[in-house]
Amino acid sequence: MSDRVIRIGCGAGFSGDRIEPAVDLARRGSLDYLVFECLAERTIALAQKSKLQNVNLGYDPLLVERMTAVLPACVANGVKIISNMGAANPRAACQRTAEVARSLGLSGLTIAAVEGDDITALLRAPNTAPSGMQPEPERIISANAYLGCGPIRDALHLGADIVLTGRVADPSLFVGPLMYEFAWSEHDWTRLGQATLIGHLLECAGQLTGGYFADPGVKDVEGLARLGFPLAEVGADGSAVVTKLNGTGGLVSVATCKEQLLYEVQDPAAYVTPDVVADFSSVTFRQLGNDRVEICGAGGRARPEALKVSIGYHDGFIGEGQMSYAGSGAVERARLALQIVEERLRLIALPLRESRYDLIGLNSVCGDLHSTHVPAEVRIRVVGRTGTLDDAIRIGREVESLYTNGPAGGGGATQSVREVVAIASTLVPRERVVPRIDIEAL
Amino acid sequence: MKLRQLAHCRTGDKGDNSNVSVIVYHSQDYLLIEQHLTTERIRAHLHGRVRGEVTRYCLPALGAINFVLHDALTGGVTRSLALDPHGKCISGIILDLELPVP
Repeated sequence: MSDRVIRIGCGAGFSGDRIEPAVDLARRGSLDYLVFECLAERTIALAQKSKLQNVNLGYDPLLVERMTAVLPACVANGVKIISNMGAANPRAACQRTAEVARSLGLSGLTIAAVEGDDITALLRAPNTAPSGMQPEPERIISANAYLGCGPIRDALHLGADIVLTGRVADPSLFVGPLMYEFAWSEHDWTRLGQATLIGHLLECAGQLTGGYFADPGVKDVEGLARLGFPLAEVGADGSAVVTKLNGTGGLVSVATCKEQLLYEVQDPAAYVTPDVVADFSSVTFRQLGNDRVEICGAGGRARPEALKVSIGYHDGFIGEGQMSYAGSGAVERARLALQIVEERLRLIALPLRESRYDLIGLNSVCGDLHSTHVPAEVRIRVVGRTGTLDDAIRIGREVESLYTNGPAGGGGATQSVREVVAIASTLVPRERVVPRIDIEAL
Repeated sequence: MKLRQLAHCRTGDKGDNSNVSVIVYHSQDYLLIEQHLTTERIRAHLHGRVRGEVTRYCLPALGAINFVLHDALTGGVTRSLALDPHGKCISGIILDLELPVP
């Protein structure tokens, strides 16, 4: 029993991620679990908006495509699926997944929806809203508490083959099945810390296997166009080996693991999730062979009493225009173009809350750090925040007007506008958030 | 000598904070980067981009330092007007830091 190893893979690191590596893992990975992490901070607010327009929507836009691709191999090989593709509507995601399974001729599946993260009503109500919260209640689109591993473990206890959640802390998608398989106590902080480390390393999929790592001549990675996604072989004590499938592109090394260990981490000794305050400060990595790295040494302390809440809120509009200049004098003509647009926006008294005037190729990313460099071409970028869509549209229009009203030789004008759904964070007491599990069997 | 010859980097974001890991290729180079990559040096190299504190977490056993740049993302990914709202490109800038040849 103590030698038992659970194989858990990651099939997506964001909602638009490539699908073939997940199919490959489902077919050849001898996996017990395949996890898809598809819910960025803002995604759930956008999903909530689509649910408000149609109560049957609000789940991940690629849900049907992903499920259609992976379900045959997952069912044939007994691979259970855990994902936050439920987004703002886990129950509808379960129904759509059941429809996909039926259309593929698959049966005998139990699909669980984990809900209870949506606390929008609680946050809008004046008597229960936390004090000091930034957006006014009428601007709030969504408010979702980060659930932990508990409801995923409970859904597996109820026999689920597929668990679809809304907002759950990303590592908890991995901690849930490991806790279920090894019957860990929810107060076993060391093992939960180690499982959180495994989840944290895997949750961005290709970022552990050589994606987002290559720097030609310094850090070379082979076969990025065929990048394989990671899996972990986890023991009952929480020790693990991370690897990828033979024949796939990419690289699993101590260096790729270290980069991902610190990715989006603040204090490495206090990585806070709803399950545990994990301590990554004494983690060690050991290369065991090609694309095989042993990870151990994470610790943990008691989980926090409050849960983090992401609040999506309306924050006006952003309008943008761009145009290119090339050849000798390009930078001077581009600077003149920016001056003209800035003056135009003042003359038409456009109510801008905030604006930026960038020279792409010169200072748009680094500030004026490298501004002594003379590029062969440069692109102006004017961007501003407005209260209305109409005002946002006028920014790009003023840039386009440079064609006939601006400096010589400008080309390739583009313009765009978008509604801004911003995210603020707050905390709520844990007891205010009650997870629910809804089961669909077919 | 540029930091890029000794170390690699990855940038992440959390709200309006950016974090930059600096990881040496060879453990014997760790003390050099710990000595030279002070919070003041990082702040100055980023030319006013960091509006809040710079916090440094040293991980000698891993040969790594994690820098947290507070209030460095002009309001955070969801509302920033910047072309790179995540601040992902900061890692490339950090690797251009000049170090004395040991």
